[in-house]
Amino acid sequence: MLHIINKSPLSNSSLESCLRVAVSGDILLTEDAVYAATSGNAFEAKLREAMGRFKVYVLQPDLDARGLGDRLMAGVTSVDHGGFVDLTISNNSCQSWL
Amino acid sequence: MASIEVGGKSYETDEEGYLVNLADWNKEVGEYLAQTESVELTEQHWEVINFLREYFEEYQIAPAVRVLTKAIGKKLGPEKGNSEYLYGLFPYGPGKQACKIAGLPKPTGCV
Amino acid sequence: MSDATVKKFMFVNRKAPYGTIYALESLEVVLITAAFDQDVSLVFLDDGVYQLKKGQQTKGIEIKNFSPTYRALEGYDVEKLYVERESLEARGLTEEDLLVDVVVLGRAEMGALMDEQDVVLSF
Repeated sequence: MLHIINKSPLSNSSLESCLRVAVSGDILLTEDAVYAATSGNAFEAKLREAMGRFKVYVLQPDLDARGLGDRLMAGVTSVDHGGFVDLTISNNSCQSWL
Repeated sequence: MASIEVGGKSYETDEEGYLVNLADWNKEVGEYLAQTESVELTEQHWEVINFLREYFEEYQIAPAVRVLTKAIGKKLGPEKGNSEYLYGLFPYGPGKQACKIAGLPKPTGCV
Repeated sequence: MSDATVKKFMFVNRKAPYGTIYALESLEVVLITAAFDQDVSLVFLDDGVYQLKKGQQTKGIEIKNFSPTYRALEGYDVEKLYVERESLEARGLTEEDLLVDVVVLGRAEMGALMDEQDVVLSF
């Protein structure tokens, strides 16, 4: 399953809930959720720990918009809008955590 | 959506005649917009118009009149950085009218 | 203008840019109220500190990049910008990452500054 998160992990619990409940699959961070995958942020360790169970992707245009294109933490894969579409196709189902 | 026609090309404007796309602006469009405002452009007008475009380029907003006046005074001298001078060039307001001719949106907070 | 009519206004910014409209709305309200010659402070807390991150490039999301406008505030005589140190640290950011000059305060100092205000507007 593809899990899509679009909220900052430092002001909203949706990423944390996803990591607590979901078992495995792909996680795509979009909009304000991209902050979770920037080096040095307080959620970095939790995301890194989850990377054993999940493959984590980040939407690059959202990272660039926020001035953090050069701060992506190691192990996270960056995708463009085309890559976003590919992820929805390669996964059987998809959940947007609001 | 309204539009204007300059040199055989059509440009989108809002209902008050401000250009919708900043990138559409060129000197000819500026001259056309000045005509619709009955302003005859002199070198002094262009100085203000070019200043406004540079300001927008840098800060992504059209300055409030008070801010424009101060900034013009800093750059072009106190004899130009005052409202008598600027309203003399643009009788309907250096904010509203000059921004329109410069192809900028209406200044924030300007009614 | 006599001192009696000048009030201390504080705008508290706690939201990241682009994901919601709060950051841009706050900035527009600040620009408009700058005309009233009040004692204005801007505070950036929590995800609000992301508003001031250097190097924002919004072409790929087709939203206007309003970060250059923070640099226009000085011309509007809005010169008191405060950022909470703890918020910066939690995001792996330092003062050098910010696109305007700010005063960095610890949370205790920030709280004290808030207490001094006549009006606090939260975004």
